[in-house]
Amino acid sequence: MRALKQPGLWLYVAALVVWGLVVWFLDDPTLRETSFTLLMYVGLASSLNILLGYTGYVSFGHIVFFGLGGYMGFYLVSVQEWSLYPAALVGGVFGALVAALLGLAVLRLRGAYFALATIGVNEAARAFVNNFRPFGGATGLSLDYSVYGLYGGSMKALWLAFGLVWLIAIATVVTSYLVKQSRFGLGLMAIREDEDAAMVMGVKAPRAKTWAFALSAFFPGIIGTIYFFKNGNVEPHDAFRLHMSIETLVMIMLGGQGTVLGPILGALSYERLRGYLLVSPLFKSLHLALSGVALLLIILFVPAGVVGWLRQRFPKLRGILE
Amino acid sequence: MVHQLINSLTDGFLLGFVYGLAAMGLSLIWGVMSVINLAHGPVITVGMLATYLLFVHVGLNPYLAIVVVAGIGLVLGLIIYITAVHRVISAPHLSSLLATFAVNMIILGIFNAVFGGDQNNIDFSLGSLSIGFLNVTYSRLLAAVGAVAVTVFLYLYLYFTRTGKSIRAVANNREAAELMGIPSTRVLALSFGLGSLLAAVAGSLISTIFPFTIFSGGPYELKSFVICVLGGLGNPLGALLGGLILGLMEGLIPIWMPTSWVPVVEFGLFVFVLVVRPTGLLGAK
Repeated sequence: MRALKQPGLWLYVAALVVWGLVVWFLDDPTLRETSFTLLMYVGLASSLNILLGYTGYVSFGHIVFFGLGGYMGFYLVSVQEWSLYPAALVGGVFGALVAALLGLAVLRLRGAYFALATIGVNEAARAFVNNFRPFGGATGLSLDYSVYGLYGGSMKALWLAFGLVWLIAIATVVTSYLVKQSRFGLGLMAIREDEDAAMVMGVKAPRAKTWAFALSAFFPGIIGTIYFFKNGNVEPHDAFRLHMSIETLVMIMLGGQGTVLGPILGALSYERLRGYLLVSPLFKSLHLALSGVALLLIILFVPAGVVGWLRQRFPKLRGILE
Repeated sequence: MVHQLINSLTDGFLLGFVYGLAAMGLSLIWGVMSVINLAHGPVITVGMLATYLLFVHVGLNPYLAIVVVAGIGLVLGLIIYITAVHRVISAPHLSSLLATFAVNMIILGIFNAVFGGDQNNIDFSLGSLSIGFLNVTYSRLLAAVGAVAVTVFLYLYLYFTRTGKSIRAVANNREAAELMGIPSTRVLALSFGLGSLLAAVAGSLISTIFPFTIFSGGPYELKSFVICVLGGLGNPLGALLGGLILGLMEGLIPIWMPTSWVPVVEFGLFVFVLVVRPTGLLGAK
């Protein structure tokens, strides 16, 4: 495990741990809510990065795994009266399973065709769940308030959700780092550069891609379950938001695709920027347009993202900016 | 039962032409420069809104407004190409996807700030045509006729004018076209403009049939993807065919199952066709 000897991994994990502990000790609900959203996006962006950044496959509708996994987990908690922990795990496994099965078909497509197919998958899933009776159809499912009693009341449950998302975000970042430093990750990056050449060099591309797809769907499934558990309800409209999917892509692009730190920084800065625009009276109504302008400027002028740019500019920092 | 079937099939068929028109714009842009234009939906919205505003504030007949809307669409497309697309035209797909999505956010953001999310309706009824049991509103009929007319114009333009030929040349092989002295950047910008023009005109036609909000373009953009994939990405004629298939499906499916299942079938078919036959029914380009 070469990765464990590198400073980068420990630095990121330490930063995330300290952040969580600070929130925990300050005991401030507002801070907890902001941190929950930020950490959720850190997890979502980092897991998507395994597919997008390392393997080079643009999954435009990646939020489908957040939605499907979340739905599955939420269904188990609310209807089958499972405890949150196994339900969240099943949500993640379900997301990964769907991804693996789906991957067998759609991962044969390349480039823009793959991106289009993932949009289609997300829309199909949304439309399907909209009609699927056990998941409550268009109205969705909601949690009976008494369920929170099992976790020591709704206040405690909110803290629990925060704690879980914090742990999952850390787990995602560690996984992302380990994948990048592993032989498996090298195979993925070879696929990204030139899939045919990688196959000639002995990378089992179909299998590697499917694993990457499943892995990148696992964490969103867990995060989805926690997110909807915290909200107390789930609706198709909320679970399969294409816009959220694309925002995650933007975060990765902003921070730098294919790096471990990039999605973390991207998620934090994008969410902070949006939060600022939303509350500022001057920009409130224009926040969507301004986010668009910011995105366009990044795509056009800093396509490697912040971390990619820093790595180019300051080669000495490459040891820590993985 | 049979009457109902024929009525709903006719409705779907006529609407299919308009779907096809919107999809043709997407298909043209993909065919010429391999860019999936995620700003397609907002451009459709621009067409709807422009028609509405011209009708309400200027009192312009919505069908005459189409000419103005076409001009707006063309100019908008040129602006989008120059500001957002040109720099990323040879970059990986993710860049052009996100760049056009950024345009999507900008347009919708501005509309949201200026017009808000209310539903708009062009109150311009033409009555309906009845032949026996068949009942067709004139607005649907005119929309289909308009879509066909624009398609014919597009065909004549692409095959019988010099600029049209250079568009096809660039679509075929950009380098070779440049070697033959075709200014490829200008042709690319023009193609993007034409694609937007088609989207805006389709939006304008849709607004004469259905009420809309500023977010209504989105679903039509998704439908355009489905249609393009059905007919073959980059093949404008295939787009028209795909539009008709989709229109007929929308007329047909509600007879057997609740209407809410229509998108499930549509997008299921979309993914299926992509996986089994990514070049579409008629083949790409």
